[in-house]
Amino acid sequence: MARRMMEGSQAVASAVALCRPQVISAYPITPQTHIVQELGQKVADGDLVAEFVNVESEHSAASVVLGASATGVRVYTASSSQGIMLMAEVLFNISGMRLPVVLTCVNRALSAPLSIWNDQQDSISVRDSGFLQLYAENNQEAADLVYQAYRIAEDHRIALPVMVCMDGYILSHAWEGVDIPDQSTVDAFLPPFEPIYKLDPDQPLTFGMFMEPDKYLENRYMIQNAMERAVGVIQEVAHDFERAFGRASAGVMEEYQTADASTVFVVMGSLASTIKEVVDELRERGEKVGLLRLVSYRPFPQDLVCGALARAKSIIVIEKALSLGGPAPLVSELRSAFYGRPAQPGVTGFVAGLGGRDITVDTVKAALERARTGAGVDGFLDLRTDLELEGE
Amino acid sequence: MAQAVDTDHLFASGHTACAGCGQSLAARLVLRAAGPNIIATNSTGCLEVFSSNYPHSAWRVPWIHSLFENSAAVASGVEAALRISGRLDGIRVIGQGGDGGTADIGFGALSGMFERGHDILFVCYDNEAYMNTGVQRSGLTPFDASTTTSPAGRESWGNRTGKKNLPQIAVAHGVPYVATTSVGYPFDLDKKVKKALSIRGPKYLQVFVPCPLGWRHDTSLCTSIAKMVVETGLYPVLEYENGVLTSARRITKKRPVEEYLKPQGRYAHLFNREGGAEEVAKIQALADDNIARFGLMDKPAEAKKAEVVAKVFTASELAGFDGLEGRPAYVAYKGRVYDVTGSSLWEDGEHQLEHRAGRDLTREMENAPHDEDSLGSLPVVGEFKA
Amino acid sequence: MKITLGGVGQPGTSLANKTGSWRVNLRPSFLHVTCTACTLCALSCPEGCIYGKGRNTYYPDYDYCKGCGNCANVCPVDDIEMVSEETALPVGSLVFDDDDEFRSMSTG
Repeated sequence: MARRMMEGSQAVASAVALCRPQVISAYPITPQTHIVQELGQKVADGDLVAEFVNVESEHSAASVVLGASATGVRVYTASSSQGIMLMAEVLFNISGMRLPVVLTCVNRALSAPLSIWNDQQDSISVRDSGFLQLYAENNQEAADLVYQAYRIAEDHRIALPVMVCMDGYILSHAWEGVDIPDQSTVDAFLPPFEPIYKLDPDQPLTFGMFMEPDKYLENRYMIQNAMERAVGVIQEVAHDFERAFGRASAGVMEEYQTADASTVFVVMGSLASTIKEVVDELRERGEKVGLLRLVSYRPFPQDLVCGALARAKSIIVIEKALSLGGPAPLVSELRSAFYGRPAQPGVTGFVAGLGGRDITVDTVKAALERARTGAGVDGFLDLRTDLELEGE
Repeated sequence: MAQAVDTDHLFASGHTACAGCGQSLAARLVLRAAGPNIIATNSTGCLEVFSSNYPHSAWRVPWIHSLFENSAAVASGVEAALRISGRLDGIRVIGQGGDGGTADIGFGALSGMFERGHDILFVCYDNEAYMNTGVQRSGLTPFDASTTTSPAGRESWGNRTGKKNLPQIAVAHGVPYVATTSVGYPFDLDKKVKKALSIRGPKYLQVFVPCPLGWRHDTSLCTSIAKMVVETGLYPVLEYENGVLTSARRITKKRPVEEYLKPQGRYAHLFNREGGAEEVAKIQALADDNIARFGLMDKPAEAKKAEVVAKVFTASELAGFDGLEGRPAYVAYKGRVYDVTGSSLWEDGEHQLEHRAGRDLTREMENAPHDEDSLGSLPVVGEFKA
Repeated sequence: MKITLGGVGQPGTSLANKTGSWRVNLRPSFLHVTCTACTLCALSCPEGCIYGKGRNTYYPDYDYCKGCGNCANVCPVDDIEMVSEETALPVGSLVFDDDDEFRSMSTG
């Protein structure tokens, strides 16, 4: 295993190129740009043989990969924030047509106000789209999830698109040591794409038909079932990955010191690294704290998550997204996962880090304290008190 | 290769288009001209809805419908996939959409497809409104047409603007082939689809297709209205190759716009109240402007005279050019001899299993379903003296 | 009925939908008197349900004909008339082979 220092975007681009996509189409948006530019350079240098289609909008980027995937070739696209919003209807269309598109979402906040910095509102806002969603903690994982994403998406038991999420700037523009395998290792792990159906005059098929009320429901039911199967397939693929690449991959989630923990943090993405720092520090002081890092948000592996958290007394969710007017997404899905189960830990949820605001170890410790004194009282972390908020 | 399905029926019967629908006819004719080795995309709209109610599909070519505005982008993806897998030479890509899906919501994707130079023929079925959702106005709804969102009323004559000039916009993108046609001229449509598909790069074909329901005309008038619109000059039938206008279908007998407008309920308000005549005059002016601009009533004879060779054919000399055994095929009409050897409508010196080459067809043309315009593009090789 | 992955459909399955049932008043009657086999009727039918090869052989497939009347309007020699649905159908019938390819008209 040879680790080299590289930017997160470079790691992802290298991983994508090794998967041999034949059509790549994207529209520039910060902080996704470097990934696509790297891929463009590889194509320009002849290192990657692919059609690189520079479209006029994200809606078209997703549409180009939809059309190419339906024609039976492996594809790739990437976007962030407003781009994800603009292509939102195409994302639903891709999953509805059961096309194995792989997309990297370089997580960024949503306008208005405009913000180019990291949070997870973009991918969370399309959690209903039928795309699997896998969240990377670091650049190595942002790359490793790409190989696995194609394997999972193209598995005929699943046939659904996959969104690999990585925190914008924190991962995409940070330099870390990453191991990029050689082509033969990836080829052995990821065979050529074999579509179930494709557009071909030799066997003319009709894609994207409309369905009357007596048939539409069953399509959604089928996707829901495929999502449930995906929990097992994600784990299967993670095991295969470990055998093929010689390092572990988390599968649907990572349990960090949870076995005897009475307080467990639940987070997604790069924030987990900060939490691990806090967990290590507190453990040295004898506090039984742990972390459950959720990798697969869609499908949400309810049984596995609740199983891992069953012995905890207090669960603290910190998430970089919210659902305006309702409970925050991750905490509410977690609470709902516990409904009707014998173990009923206290759950407290915090929204933090929106618009790129740093989540420091102090922020995390403050969350711990707030959960201790006010269990189940959700709120925002690091809300500034020195600003005048008009109307508040 | 694709299994042999009769090209007349690559778009199968049993679709649920309204009786007399121009768009269903046009789609079938496009596929007939294109043949089975294509992949077609479609925007949401009438054509998509009446042809693909699961599990009933009228399409016997590979076809994909995604969303309303992305037919050209999906087609771009199909084309890219074919290109990278080396299959683009054998399979042509056709993007399809209605006027709304092409000129309005699909405008950006269309422009991108043109600009990137994809090898795709985009066909716009222009029925001049958003028909599938209930006849709402689009960017291609003509001046003074009444639609459900530009209705004629006590304070309104209907749609306030003219048609967005999408053919000109296509030309401005520098694409190799742009043409307009009408479903009322099936041979013209056929010729243009075939020509477009023989050219590599982005192509745009706009097809005028009547909508009996939305335009409120009798179902039996589909072809008739689709011809009248051209005969008035309101819908010029043009071809642009590499930015240059290379053909404009001449009008032999100009028709006043009233004759075209009156059979359609969407223009009824122009004929049943005060001030209507002034509005009709404005529409007439639009037609006259097209006629002047494109020379739709200029005589072609002036240009042709320069090409006429001194050679004079007698009947027995002409008989030798019967198109059989590899000989050229010539026909005479009103004193001129035309070379039909290269015409797709003549096979082995025979036309429609009925007419033979090597003869004077002046009498037979009187009974033809087409007029002498059809000879207009044929090379003249001499004069005929019986 | 099967719901395929992504709702992918098979070609030409619309033929199961016999739209001839839509006709209410009128159907075309092909007189076979002055026909010149110009093929315009077949080229002007939105259903693609008019078949023929050669003079006086053109017929609509009444299983699909919606009775729009475009063919009657288009025929340059007035050889097609719209008649009442009550009128008896002509004796001939369309013959198709296994691939739904139009073969011939059989009369009698």
